[in-house]
Amino acid sequence: MSFFNFPFSPPQASNIAHQYDPVFYALCFLSVLFTAIVTIGVIFFAVKYKAGTTASRANPLYEHLPLELTWTILPLILGLGMFYIGTVLYVNMKTPPKDAQEIFVIGKQWMWHVQHSNGVRENNTLHVPIGKPVKLTMISQDVLHAFYIPAFRVQMGVVPGRYTQLWFTATQKGEYHIFCNMYCGTQHSEMGGKVVAMDPSDYADWLANGGQSTAPMSMEQAGAKIYARVHCDNCHGAEDTLHAPSLYGIYNKRRVFADGTSAIADEAYLRDSITRPYDHVTAGYGQTMPVYQGQLSEEDLINLVAYIKVIGTGQANTPTSNVSRHSAPTAVSSTNEASALSANAVQANTEDPYATPTKKVGSPAVGAIAAEGKNR
Amino acid sequence: MSSTVNPIGEQRSKTKTEEVNYLNIENTISSWLLTGDHKRIALLYLVSTSFFFFLGSIAAGLIRYELTSPAGVVLESDTYNKVFTSHGVIMVFTFLVVAIPAIFGNFLIPLMIGARDLAFPRLNLGSWYMYMTGGTLILAGMIFGGVDTGWTFYTPYSSMYSNTQVSLVLVGIFIAGFSTITTGINFVVTIHKMRAPGMTWFRLPLFVWAMYATSLMMILATPVVAITLLLVVFERTFKLPIFSPELGGDPVLFQHLFWFYSHPAVYIMILPAFAVISELIANFSRKRVFGYHFVAFSSLAIAGLGFLVWGHHMFVTSQSMYESIVFSLISILVAIPSAIKIFNWMATMYKGNIRLQSPMIYAIAFLMIFTIGGLTGLFLGLAGTDIHLTATYFVVAHFHYVMVGGTMLAYLGALHFWWPKMTGRLYSEGIAKVNAVIVFIGFNLTFFPQFIVGWLGMPRRYHYYYFAPEFQAYHIMSTLGSSVLGLGLIIPAFYLTMSLFNGPKAGDNPWDAHGLEWETTSPPPTTNFLVTPIVLDEVYDFDPEAEHAADMKALEDAQNEHPKRHGKAGPEDLN
Repeated sequence: MSFFNFPFSPPQASNIAHQYDPVFYALCFLSVLFTAIVTIGVIFFAVKYKAGTTASRANPLYEHLPLELTWTILPLILGLGMFYIGTVLYVNMKTPPKDAQEIFVIGKQWMWHVQHSNGVRENNTLHVPIGKPVKLTMISQDVLHAFYIPAFRVQMGVVPGRYTQLWFTATQKGEYHIFCNMYCGTQHSEMGGKVVAMDPSDYADWLANGGQSTAPMSMEQAGAKIYARVHCDNCHGAEDTLHAPSLYGIYNKRRVFADGTSAIADEAYLRDSITRPYDHVTAGYGQTMPVYQGQLSEEDLINLVAYIKVIGTGQANTPTSNVSRHSAPTAVSSTNEASALSANAVQANTEDPYATPTKKVGSPAVGAIAAEGKNR
Repeated sequence: MSSTVNPIGEQRSKTKTEEVNYLNIENTISSWLLTGDHKRIALLYLVSTSFFFFLGSIAAGLIRYELTSPAGVVLESDTYNKVFTSHGVIMVFTFLVVAIPAIFGNFLIPLMIGARDLAFPRLNLGSWYMYMTGGTLILAGMIFGGVDTGWTFYTPYSSMYSNTQVSLVLVGIFIAGFSTITTGINFVVTIHKMRAPGMTWFRLPLFVWAMYATSLMMILATPVVAITLLLVVFERTFKLPIFSPELGGDPVLFQHLFWFYSHPAVYIMILPAFAVISELIANFSRKRVFGYHFVAFSSLAIAGLGFLVWGHHMFVTSQSMYESIVFSLISILVAIPSAIKIFNWMATMYKGNIRLQSPMIYAIAFLMIFTIGGLTGLFLGLAGTDIHLTATYFVVAHFHYVMVGGTMLAYLGALHFWWPKMTGRLYSEGIAKVNAVIVFIGFNLTFFPQFIVGWLGMPRRYHYYYFAPEFQAYHIMSTLGSSVLGLGLIIPAFYLTMSLFNGPKAGDNPWDAHGLEWETTSPPPTTNFLVTPIVLDEVYDFDPEAEHAADMKALEDAQNEHPKRHGKAGPEDLN
């Protein structure tokens, strides 16, 4: 139960967090010290000088310049010291290294849209490599937002009409909260997501795969994998064997069956022969094939059929990685960017609690004002 | 008290009809609603601010209840946003800014400086009507749909996107703002021109000094927010391009203008609390306030520097780095006068004869809590550390430590201290002491967990946090604390009201306190003083050594009267 979950500090997952925390704890120390001085002092005096106690009241003090100067100058020096440390931290937080990798962020009611340098897009997640400085250049499309990653100790306002920046170097692999930390309307609290800090090589793969953890595959490629996974190739090889006919070039060929009937090997026949192989046993073979009814999903079957259609024709191994890298951007029609983006979001974040369908992004300004006008 | 020429005996001897006071002189409704008497107007404010405070507290309770579960309990997100906006707007604009100046400042400034009334009695009554008009419009906005912008009304959300009752509420705040301005003008003129003979500036009670600093800020800062909020209304209504980038405006300009008022407003809320605490510490330590000049001038230093720190609210909203550094530096400087006050109040207790009565318990609680509130301000004043903490629950905790732990505790202390003077009745001191402790415990339990959950990264104004369940334990602690705090606020409402009907008569000076207000009758007559007092010495002319010697003698006598008693006589024997 999270009831008994009492974390005392947020994860420390960026270079800035490592610089930030010592300053924070130094301030905590000073705060505890001065609170203790005041609390103990006040209670001590309240007990010792309670009316009627015997402690001496001789020569009470009313003015004491050295004392006044002490408690003016000492806090002033401490304050200026902390100011110096805090300002160094601040300037550092505000100065991204020149070689920082740039990622663009657009905030809008109520989602974060992220664009990586090679065009890969994601919504409500931000994938970053660890160990490399990353600079976010951000802008809002509607109202004020703020991009906040507590585990990195970074936060910056996201303002309509101007770019803002923040930078960090993630230092620890993992997933961390992103919050919108500037009130932005109804679903403000749900405008968040997660940062995924990855090994640089994983990040490079992720980027190369168009924002997927594995490379996208053609149907034939996926089918070939299933063909290998369920070991079709144990029996169905390049040549007819004692156990099974070869499937090479089977598509659209006439098949003659053990009962003397025949049929063209179309998609339906191929599917039926996987799920219910004994309906039409090819002449010359026995009932030895396992029944795959209910064993494979329709998605797998479609891919498998697609593969069998091309098996042995040399088309199945066409390299497609170059195509697929750009497949996501190609899918995004520039004329209807918004809806394509939300489609992208659903695809990229199926496990993300933030992936609730976002409201239509239109021209809320005009809509809002018009609605208000009607209300009155 | 020997500091005036016309002490209480003389006041009394000239009183022909002793029982006639400002409360019972007339009883018609119009005698209250059309009164020019600053004391009656103070009571009007007391009733109306208490009403608004009650509404704001209900909103606070709803917020706390809703946050016990990461996915909310009863409210929709839209409703939740309206509730926290209502809480902020009502508490800031109709309670915190108004309460201590308009109730206690109104009631006490003329009494403390020996004047018959404020300089402009009708303007004073007008202030109350402006306040009520503003408050009513704000309430109307809440009733006819509510507002969901947060009390800060950040553009362009407030001006272009929110389709709630923003304009109505803004006009309400605009009008209520004028009530603050006129009250400030009234105080400044009164303090300058109407001090009794012999009441020089450095004989003024520190309450009056702090009220003076507050008034200056009210007069200089409030017009800025008033006009800023009006500009938002113009942009909403006429599409006047000011703040919205879609129209060609600048959204961050609003924040500059808003915080140019609202940061000084924080001091408008806390300086009156300092005013009260100075009086409480001095009167219950039975000792002159240590470093009077430092305490007095630190108020003015806060008022001056307080105008130059507004940018520390905007470290992450795209102002330039160099701007932020300068604002950060000045923010550190403004902490120093507050530190000076704390240390001087502590030093006042040294070698005093401290009476731990209920107002003093509130004052001591104030010292501890305000210290934490002030120190956590350093985290937010340093630009570097503010980046992670700004707009999280750390900020919520910080300003509640200052506003609730500071201003509200001082308000409760003031209410308990001057209640006998205002009503002529005594409440039950025993319950009051216990209640002060309940408030202290409830307050810390409510707001301390919020520091931790803010440091963990919980943003403020979040309805849901189901994606971060690690925050829940702290929210539950905070909600439990708020129930205790709520209890601590309900109990005084009962025992103070009860005291009006069956409380013992207070007498003129039940605390044996010093100050001109204690030299007239309780409740005072409409004209405050029957003979204008002539002041010969400053107000804090206590003699702790002599008082202590008298105490010791009384103890010795008590010892002698009960020779068979075991053990030493204690302070309780004094009573």
